[in-house]
Amino acid sequence: MTRPNFFNLPKGLTARVLGAIGIVAVAALIATACGNDDGNADTPTADTPTSIGEATGDTPTSIGGTADTPTADTPTGDTPSGDTGDTPTDTEDTGDTQTGDTEDTADTSAEGTASESEPLADPAGITLLTHDSFALSDETLAAFTNETGIEVTLLQVGDAGQMISEAILTAGNPLGDVMFGVDNTFLARALNAELFEPYESPNLADVPDEFKLDAQHRVTPIDYGDVCVNYWTDALETDPPTALEDLTAPQFADQLVVQNPETSSPGLAFLLATIAGTDDWEQFWADLADNGVAVTAGWGDAYYGEFIAGGGKRPMVVSYASSPPAEVIYADPPVDAAPTEVLVDSCFRQIEFAGVLAGTDHPVEAQALIDFMLTPTFQDDVPLNMFVFPVADSATLPQVFVDHAQIAEDPLFIDPAEIEVNRDEWTDRWVEIVLG
Amino acid sequence: MPAVFLAVFFVYPAGAILWRGLFSEGFGPMSDLFASSRTRGVLWFTVWQALASTAITLVAALPAAAVVTRLRGRRRHWVRGLVTVPFVLPTVVVAGAFEGVFDRFGLEDGGFRLRHTVWAILLAHVFFNYAVVVRIVGSFWSGLDHRLEEQARVLGAGPIRTFRAVTLPRLRPAIASACTIVFLFSFTSFGVVLLLGGPRRATLETEIYRQAVTRGDLRSAAGLALVQLLAVLALIAAATRLERRRPARTGVAHSPPEPLPRSFVWANLAVMAVLLGSPIAVLVERSVSVGDGYGLDHYRALTERVPQLPATAATALGNSLVFATVATALALAVGTLAALVVVHGRSGLRHVFDLGLTLPLGTSAVTIGFGILIALDEPPLDLRTSWWIVPIAHALVGTPFVVRTMVPVLRRIDPQIREAAAVLGASPGRVRRLIDLPIAGRGMLVGAGFAFAVSLGEFGATSFLPRRPETLTAPLALYRLLSTPGELLRGQAMALAVVLMVLVALAVVAIEASRGSVRGADAVWESL
Repeated sequence: MTRPNFFNLPKGLTARVLGAIGIVAVAALIATACGNDDGNADTPTADTPTSIGEATGDTPTSIGGTADTPTADTPTGDTPSGDTGDTPTDTEDTGDTQTGDTEDTADTSAEGTASESEPLADPAGITLLTHDSFALSDETLAAFTNETGIEVTLLQVGDAGQMISEAILTAGNPLGDVMFGVDNTFLARALNAELFEPYESPNLADVPDEFKLDAQHRVTPIDYGDVCVNYWTDALETDPPTALEDLTAPQFADQLVVQNPETSSPGLAFLLATIAGTDDWEQFWADLADNGVAVTAGWGDAYYGEFIAGGGKRPMVVSYASSPPAEVIYADPPVDAAPTEVLVDSCFRQIEFAGVLAGTDHPVEAQALIDFMLTPTFQDDVPLNMFVFPVADSATLPQVFVDHAQIAEDPLFIDPAEIEVNRDEWTDRWVEIVLG
Repeated sequence: MPAVFLAVFFVYPAGAILWRGLFSEGFGPMSDLFASSRTRGVLWFTVWQALASTAITLVAALPAAAVVTRLRGRRRHWVRGLVTVPFVLPTVVVAGAFEGVFDRFGLEDGGFRLRHTVWAILLAHVFFNYAVVVRIVGSFWSGLDHRLEEQARVLGAGPIRTFRAVTLPRLRPAIASACTIVFLFSFTSFGVVLLLGGPRRATLETEIYRQAVTRGDLRSAAGLALVQLLAVLALIAAATRLERRRPARTGVAHSPPEPLPRSFVWANLAVMAVLLGSPIAVLVERSVSVGDGYGLDHYRALTERVPQLPATAATALGNSLVFATVATALALAVGTLAALVVVHGRSGLRHVFDLGLTLPLGTSAVTIGFGILIALDEPPLDLRTSWWIVPIAHALVGTPFVVRTMVPVLRRIDPQIREAAAVLGASPGRVRRLIDLPIAGRGMLVGAGFAFAVSLGEFGATSFLPRRPETLTAPLALYRLLSTPGELLRGQAMALAVVLMVLVALAVVAIEASRGSVRGADAVWESL
């Protein structure tokens, strides 16, 4: 019975390899059509820096699992590195213009900032360690490889909490070169563990100061998302709440579902919101408990379990400021207006950071990636893929976010160091009050 | 070979993380952790809910095993395939489906509240583990020699007395095996406790996660993980003892068992339909509801990429199938050899294998995941980011199934048959090939089916392993789809869950159907 299994594997592999070869060929054709004078995109690969080749074809992974990697990386990766590989030193300029040409013209402003970091003669491939919620369009990281010749391998691990724990465990022999996805609720833990090497990106000039939480620049802000109470407008029997304190009023009895801050990131953010946004948060939660608040372990069973969106009965849930636009984009049947709105007064700001992992062998390449994350190419791509907001001033929000997302002008906020010192005590207190 | 596999991929990583947690910050007393009433409460709840889950599952599934034993041919394959379906369903989906069922029948409004109670946990554990008892006991049962029961009936014993006095004692090894697995699954269950048990409930598994990940307190986590390991070790030691006690030795069934009363058969199929069928029906219904009507749009969407996923859901399904195939092959290779050692090896070695290879099933995903990260991080074993680490982790969980299903079957082989073969000039290897493997083949395939299903549905340990986005597995894709609001994503997640169910049912049926070759070997043996 084991025999058919062993046959399956190579068969699937061959198909994938053939598919990958096909895609590389198509990409090469496109590159030629776009005026790439070097024409023969395949030959230069031979004398390109070997590290680039290895980054994609990494030995054990290529055996079957990553067979798809080439689709995302190789085509774009091969062509430009061929360009620079041919004449590593003096064609730098032409190399730049060329990438500019092949790219979407809409993104030209991006290159303006990014190409200031000097293209490396012999760039190494790097690994970006991130959580499972990380998502980008295929073209985005390919554009980075286009510009710099640096191949980026993604490595994803559970949620942000798991990722930080693992980064702390593997400190000194890090899993990657850059880490993306630490947010301010756990930032201090990562900083205290000395996970990052300081790097001040020149592109930070484009970012408002309110996002720069680490004066030493060990981490760089990349995006933010507000955790807010969402309500299903049609399901509310009265006027919607306008302030946090309203939630304890009798007309909102048995209407709200929150997540346990011990097990859920938005749950923790909302607890922090109440600590920052009410006079006496312990009393507030005692009142909320009396008012019949429901508690779930995570976002999923709150939104799709108790909340009305998934067939539950409660019209109010702790979710994100980006949830209303998501309800529009993924509505079925399509809708013109979002069925949900956010209680702006309840919004707690979560900022996501990236940093160069201490112990990396490729700090220069890692820094180039941090720079890239602040360019419009990356920043513009963030909202529709990760449902968070870009931090850069120059970034443009997609129309659906402009129409359906509300951004709190003065969100609730607590200093990361203060969160770190008090987090366990606060959540313990919360458990006592709410769960008894 | 099994020893090397176990040592490298389990003992070393788990040992490394426990060592680091307990001793790296100096060896201080952990009394504060163990003295706290919370920890003791958690330990107590973990043990009793696992025991209760095991007992209820056994009571619910044993009659079903009797029914499945008597089904023949295709029908048997299909029922066995269907009961395995829950294995691949993520808890969050099952929780939603159960709620849908209660909603449909108006149970929630009638003051009957299951959500966030212990009963919800127990019910879910029965749902998930039903297949373990039905398939392990069922396959063992159908291999029993039923002439003993016939004799008992002829001598005047009623059906219940016959079952108690004749059948049950002979089934004991398989029941012990199945119970061990159900207990370990319930003991280390994570999602069920968090999602269905409500925020107040905690087990050792959820506590380990809380301490290690949320609190970043590795030391407490390691202390709890050690307690978990010791508790599991004690349980397995007790269970394997039960399993070994005076095994009934019989060859292959010679006559079909006495048919059961029709009412009994139908009652069981009805229980199965309600328990397993209704949540599944809810899922299927949700997966085909499109807009205001019904359609297959969500299934078609599986081949389109959504931003939330680094690859299409269809690619994730393909990845999962490849992982499951490799993991099953690994688990079969390691498990079969280990089972032979457990039954025929030297006595000291036997016990080590018996305990050691079941242990991973009762070990926290945190221990395995973190352990692999810190232990396998240097050449020649820098596997932490390798493609292979995912199927290896899955095989670690799948191997106990192969061992536990094969050992009772191997043990009941009459030593006289083996001796006869040896006297007739067969070498030990030949005896193994011609006698042990054909007879144990059934157990082996049942184990393989489980290993495949476990790998296809595995979420916990996988989420701890750093993965390339392209190697996304189907359960991970499902969670990602359910992490952004919107009907389209939810529909696609439901469709993905249904496809996963169909795939696992087909795989189990295919694996069991491959017994044809095994039957041929049976014939060879009979002509001996």
